[in-house]
Amino acid sequence: MLYFVARRLVSALSVVLVTLIVTFALFFVAPTDPAGAICGDRNCTQERYNDIKENLHLDQPLVQQFAGYTAGIFAGRTFETAGVKQKCSVPCLGFSFKNDRPVTQMLKERLPVTVSLVAGYAVIVLTIGVFVGSMAAKRRGTLGDRALMSSTLILSSVPYYIVALMISLYLTILYQILPRGGYTPITQNPVAWFTGLLTPWLVLGLYSCTQYARYSRGSMVEALSEDYIRTARAKGLSDRVVTYKHGLRSGMIPVITIFGLDIAGSLSGAIFTERIFDLQGLGNLVLDSLSNYDLPVIMGTVLVSSVILVAMNFLVDIAYSLIDPRVRLS
Amino acid sequence: MTNPANDDAKEVQDSMVETPAGDTAAAKRGPSVATRERRQGSINPSGETPYLVVEDLAVKFPTADGMVSAVNGLSYSVPLGRTLAIVGESGSGKSVSSMAVMGLHDRKRTRITGSIRLGGDEIIGLSENDLMKIRGDAVSMVFQDPQSSLHPLYTIGNQLVEGYRVHHKVSKDVAKKRALEMLDLVGIPNPQRRFSQYPHEFSGGMRQRAMIAMSLINDPKLVIADEPTTALDVTVQAQILDLLNNLQKEFGSAIVLITHDLGVVAEMADDVLVMYAGRCVEYGTAEDVLANPRMPYTWGLLESIPTVSSANEKLRPIKGLPPSLLNLPDGCSFNPRCPYKDRVKGELCTTQLPDLLPVDGAGAHTSRCHLRDKASIYEAEVAPRLG
Amino acid sequence: MSETLLQVRDLKMHFPIKEAAGLGRTKKVVQAVDGVTFDLKAGASLGLVGESGCGKSTTGRMITRLLTPTSGEIVFKGTDIAQLKERELRPFRRQLQIVFQDPYSSLNPRQTVSNIISTPLRVHNLVPRGKELARVQELLERVGLNPEHHNRYPNEFSGGQRQRIGIARALAVEPEVIIADEPVSALDVSIQAQVMNLLEDLRRDLGIAFVFIAHDLGVVRHFCDEVAVMYLGKIVEQGSRDQIYNAPQHPYTQALLSAAPDLGTIRGVPPKERIRLVGDVPSPIDPPSGCRFRTRCWKAEDICATQEPLLEIKPQSSPGHTAACHFAEPKADLIAETA
Repeated sequence: MLYFVARRLVSALSVVLVTLIVTFALFFVAPTDPAGAICGDRNCTQERYNDIKENLHLDQPLVQQFAGYTAGIFAGRTFETAGVKQKCSVPCLGFSFKNDRPVTQMLKERLPVTVSLVAGYAVIVLTIGVFVGSMAAKRRGTLGDRALMSSTLILSSVPYYIVALMISLYLTILYQILPRGGYTPITQNPVAWFTGLLTPWLVLGLYSCTQYARYSRGSMVEALSEDYIRTARAKGLSDRVVTYKHGLRSGMIPVITIFGLDIAGSLSGAIFTERIFDLQGLGNLVLDSLSNYDLPVIMGTVLVSSVILVAMNFLVDIAYSLIDPRVRLS
Repeated sequence: MTNPANDDAKEVQDSMVETPAGDTAAAKRGPSVATRERRQGSINPSGETPYLVVEDLAVKFPTADGMVSAVNGLSYSVPLGRTLAIVGESGSGKSVSSMAVMGLHDRKRTRITGSIRLGGDEIIGLSENDLMKIRGDAVSMVFQDPQSSLHPLYTIGNQLVEGYRVHHKVSKDVAKKRALEMLDLVGIPNPQRRFSQYPHEFSGGMRQRAMIAMSLINDPKLVIADEPTTALDVTVQAQILDLLNNLQKEFGSAIVLITHDLGVVAEMADDVLVMYAGRCVEYGTAEDVLANPRMPYTWGLLESIPTVSSANEKLRPIKGLPPSLLNLPDGCSFNPRCPYKDRVKGELCTTQLPDLLPVDGAGAHTSRCHLRDKASIYEAEVAPRLG
Repeated sequence: MSETLLQVRDLKMHFPIKEAAGLGRTKKVVQAVDGVTFDLKAGASLGLVGESGCGKSTTGRMITRLLTPTSGEIVFKGTDIAQLKERELRPFRRQLQIVFQDPYSSLNPRQTVSNIISTPLRVHNLVPRGKELARVQELLERVGLNPEHHNRYPNEFSGGQRQRIGIARALAVEPEVIIADEPVSALDVSIQAQVMNLLEDLRRDLGIAFVFIAHDLGVVRHFCDEVAVMYLGKIVEQGSRDQIYNAPQHPYTQALLSAAPDLGTIRGVPPKERIRLVGDVPSPIDPPSGCRFRTRCWKAEDICATQEPLLEIKPQSSPGHTAACHFAEPKADLIAETA
């Protein structure tokens, strides 16, 4: 088990490192001119331009820049703009080109929004999605099962952003059945946090629930046809215990695997959701900074997302090994 | 022209109309005591009072190609402490019939008629809730493949404890004590350690022992063992068969052993029932059926098995294939493969389903065959070939 | 005596496996087959018997070179094919065919029977173009199937018929040796005998030599003139059918015979002698030292743990009967005689 965790940790760190290198390289290879962007169009003298470049270390070779950036994450670094020294504390991800704020601080504001969104999403798909799928599997072949499965097929064939836009338009703006989206920190007002995120959660979660219901149904149908399910019934266990204890435990394994793969998808789903419901999360941040060529912010969000991704996959692996004793050793 | 071959099928249909599955009252009223005596099921070849009585059991279910009669007019009985082996090839209905005894069939799709009585109580038509109380308690089951029949994600101990606590309102500790006792009883060394291990940490033989421990934990009156040793190696199979035999002496349960292996039958069974195409074709004590068989299908089985002790040079296989249950031949189901049908006068074999009748006019050894001189044919032709 | 077709010498198959241990990894080796030696004469049939994990199927796969042995020789008509490359193997593939156990998974469900059987004909250029169908039909008839059914797909056949198709495919290239790996164990009793008889006819009529791999002692007794009993990757006893079944010398062979459920037994009548092994077969990853059977053997003494018994002819045994046991002694009466 210790070996398993250690091995996983090493591979997780290397994934983060590779992501970092690749994004860094991509943005610097791209034909952008961040110094020019900061300098602006009007009052930009060549002198000022060079100054900015120097302060941001943009004049250094790529490798050195990367080393500086990476060192900043662990040791912090100091930038100097027009004689004013700015201390960037650990973990330093640099300053936004656009508004000169530390990227770390910006991320700290935005991260809880996205994490809340994705966490709610995970809860919805893993409870409602799996439950609906299991129920359909238990009643497979019946009218209810078929109706459910065909409706999920219809729903999942409509692009996500259309569903989200329509719901936002009809259910929150025109008919105000659901509360308008908005983010209040959970520490400030848990109720407001909940109601503000309810609609985005439902939209993001329920849309993906259709997928999860299908996966779960498939894996539950398979699990319920196993010999050990027959054994469980032969022991005199009730149908409910057989389905939701013996069946679900095996049926969950493939669903969790898919969930691990789907986390990246849920993060990109969060981008749409934040845009549509106007939530100031990482998704909106990355969209804004992309249009501004705000390199440090883009780098920061990519880095944080990859850490989230790797961490979630790590958790999935742990969950996996807790459910299935056979994977513990390897 | 009335086709007598259809009469049996019609009878089954009629009885389905009269006692639809679910109508407990009708099933309980059942036939009068007098007619019940006359039926095959309640007379056991041993003459003892049976614990399990199956009478005129029919199991039908729909498939993509039509309604399948997997079991037809099956009757048998097993007293406590005795073992009945149900022998047949795949598709003969041997497993389906025992699933019905456990109430493990798909209730929505399967139509079951006839009577299954445990200690005198009818179970056909019982609600799922009532069946749950019987399953695993009075009747338990040992399955073929212990690898797939044990839940891979729960410890052996967990699975045993669960089985005990479904039927006994006891604390986990009490149940654990019982489980350890059972593991010890079935010869699993070091039960304490084994208790908290998972099935994949057990060898095939140990897994089947654990399976047996689980099936006996509630001291069942009837154990149905469905090919319990088919997935095991020869030396392990011998261990498991010995174990089943010894445990039966200790627990005094009735055992229904479903198998295709006549060698296993010879070592285990008191009574034998041979099934073909959903029907019983021969029924009697093991000695009757194995040493004095009176049905060409049983002869065919005996002649086609290569045994460790057989010296016969050429095997004599039964020609052809078992019929499709969707499209049974008219008359005797075995007639297209039967080498003896020419010896029956007229078209009897191809037009009329033979009844299951006592081979010597009375007695408990019965067979379903139109041949008149079965005993002399066996003695003169079949027995010498068996060596 | 007829010529020796196949000589297998000290054949070994060791599969490396990786296993996590603490913070590192240890490399272990599964000794699936560990030094198997036997000869097969033209037209003969050798039975390889043993329980699961004894290496009998692995041996079969090495002989047909579906697996490349770790070491040892497989001399087929004078050429050692054990380490030949795929291209050099080609002419030998034709002469060494295999029939598998599972008639359901060993035939491609998307190909017609005609296609399945004629592919080897084309690969080896055996039949002129246009004559293939005639040959396929001839083969189908040979294995007892209706030649008119050449255009059907495997799922339209029963298990026994599929096994016949598998046999026809092996026969198509006119092999000299067929490795039959549990060819009847997936079949129903009444069908088993049909396929057994077919194999026997082929052996008699076409002079094909068989290596017959099975766990069922009855089937092996019926089909093979020579029997090798395997345990944990090694042959523990070898001899003619009569030697093995009537005077087995190795305790494992004796236990195996005694354990086989037999029709001659009637419940309640104790057999003359009953040998019951305790426990299960040990893991081939870390087999017991010395004699591999010693952990389950009632005769085991200290020498068995330290010194590996050789497969040799014992002073008391008849010619050609070898056993690998320090305490080998023949034992009769293990099987009930029906006569």
